[in-house]
Amino acid sequence: MRSAARARGLYWLCHYAALALFVAFALFPLFWLLKVSITPNDLLYSEGVRLWPSHATIAHYVSVIQHTQFPLYFRNSVIVSATTALLSTLIAAAAGYGFSRFRFRGKLWILGVMLVTQMFPLVMIVAPIFRLLAPLGLTNSLSGLVLVYTAFNVPFASFLMQSFFDGIPKELEEAAMIDGATRFQALRWIILPLTLPGLAATAGFVFTGAWSELLFALMLNSSSQVSTFPVGLLSFVSKFSVDFGQMMAAGVLALIPVCAFFLLIQRHLVQGLTAGAVKG
Amino acid sequence: MHGGATAEPALARRLSWRALTRATEPYLYTLPALLLIATVMMMPLVIGLSYAFRDITLLDPLSGGFVGLDHFRELYADASFWNALRNTVTWTATSVALQFALGLMLAQLLNRAFPGRALIQILVFLPWAVPSFLSGLNWAWLFNPVVGPLPYWFQAAGLTHGTDNLLSDPQHALWGPIIANVWWGIPFFAITLLAALQSIPRDIYEAAVMDGAGPWTRFRRITLPFLAPTMAITILLRTVWIANFADLIVVMTKGGPADSTQILASYIFTQAFQRLDFGYASAVAAVLVLLLLAYAGALLLLRRLLTARF
Repeated sequence: MRSAARARGLYWLCHYAALALFVAFALFPLFWLLKVSITPNDLLYSEGVRLWPSHATIAHYVSVIQHTQFPLYFRNSVIVSATTALLSTLIAAAAGYGFSRFRFRGKLWILGVMLVTQMFPLVMIVAPIFRLLAPLGLTNSLSGLVLVYTAFNVPFASFLMQSFFDGIPKELEEAAMIDGATRFQALRWIILPLTLPGLAATAGFVFTGAWSELLFALMLNSSSQVSTFPVGLLSFVSKFSVDFGQMMAAGVLALIPVCAFFLLIQRHLVQGLTAGAVKG
Repeated sequence: MHGGATAEPALARRLSWRALTRATEPYLYTLPALLLIATVMMMPLVIGLSYAFRDITLLDPLSGGFVGLDHFRELYADASFWNALRNTVTWTATSVALQFALGLMLAQLLNRAFPGRALIQILVFLPWAVPSFLSGLNWAWLFNPVVGPLPYWFQAAGLTHGTDNLLSDPQHALWGPIIANVWWGIPFFAITLLAALQSIPRDIYEAAVMDGAGPWTRFRRITLPFLAPTMAITILLRTVWIANFADLIVVMTKGGPADSTQILASYIFTQAFQRLDFGYASAVAAVLVLLLLAYAGALLLLRRLLTARF
């Protein structure tokens, strides 16, 4: 009996030790980002690989906010990501509802096309998209990015929304329709309120995806006035690659919106992603 | 009689209107999504395929002519292309294998109740929320001997002789983006596999324990067969996705030093973005798509053969 207890204790020791390794691996890079961002410049070189500086400063954050274009990049990214999230969620909710509630001619084809869009390399359409958008005045513009990102995100978001609608019994809107409501009224007043968590999760996924996108933003927008955060940070890195404190402070700022979203949805992550786990 | 005569056409009209809305309704819901995907994704895809056979260079008004298979001949003789193809295989296979193995381990560790599980789950899944460009930059900084600790740790562990930047060593530079990719991608596998693990009925394990099955037997005979479908589909999708994933390499090394970290996806982007040679970029992209289709086809065929057998 004692040895069984000891074996169990040993098991849990290994279990926690393995988890500790995973946690350390996951957090260390972010910890280092934070650490350098608050290390004064003179200590950065003299103290080398110390885990925590002997004194901390917020000077890097202040100068990033006051003396660089990052506030502008941040604003651009917020506009692009929020608009993309809103549009994609609306369009995907409609499509997801259609897929969930109707059987119609061509449905299989539409689903197939949407699946294909998830498979081919997006780099393949960088060049044609540039050539298509340029004459329309949609390069070097935030609207162009919103259009492209919305299209990229709608297929995955539709699958996600479909799975949320599938989880709501059909009988609910059927009952409302028997009572005289049109299908759209039933959707608007009965089904949508029930899918609010699903809508929020979808919007969050799209927001994070748009916030992180780099290649198209780099290709389509060359003017720094309409640069998004990733592009701004990258050009900052190639121009002022000695100011590590400022770069990492900017990096920490870029993390804030996505981490906030992550904390909101992490509870539903495991269940929610099973439904439509197609994309990173 | 009177009322019926006037009411009937109105009723018929109403019925046909209702029939019409009923027939078109599904399309109304899906139309916006479909239009958007058709114009912003499918049309550029077709145009992009046509570029592969044309001479398209941005800012060159004389370009645009049809060149047949010229790009593909050029590509066949292009050493950088073959190098990028080899790197694509190494990059994809290593990243997927490590992400999967570590993701499965993590999912197993999280698949039982213990104090602190909720918190640990938040912490280990956090890298998933980090934007890919930032995780690339973050790891580039960690490998940089000026601000990062890793070169010193590698030296202390006896892995390297000096404290040079791993990313500037052509022999090993590809490991930089691979490590960043593994760090960033473990949560994805862990999340999907954990969800699949949680759907395995508990009592099967209890019955197996009663029959005296050890942990390894339980893993092989219960967990693996249950997870197999999820594993197959996530590995398939993830392989395709990672083969196309150029962000980390563009951010960390730009394909250098001396093309040693160039993969096909980043090569396509460099050709389009820096040389503005859209025709050649599209030809490389077409080859990449064909290879991925062949890979997916081969996997599905293999699966069909295997399931037909047993």
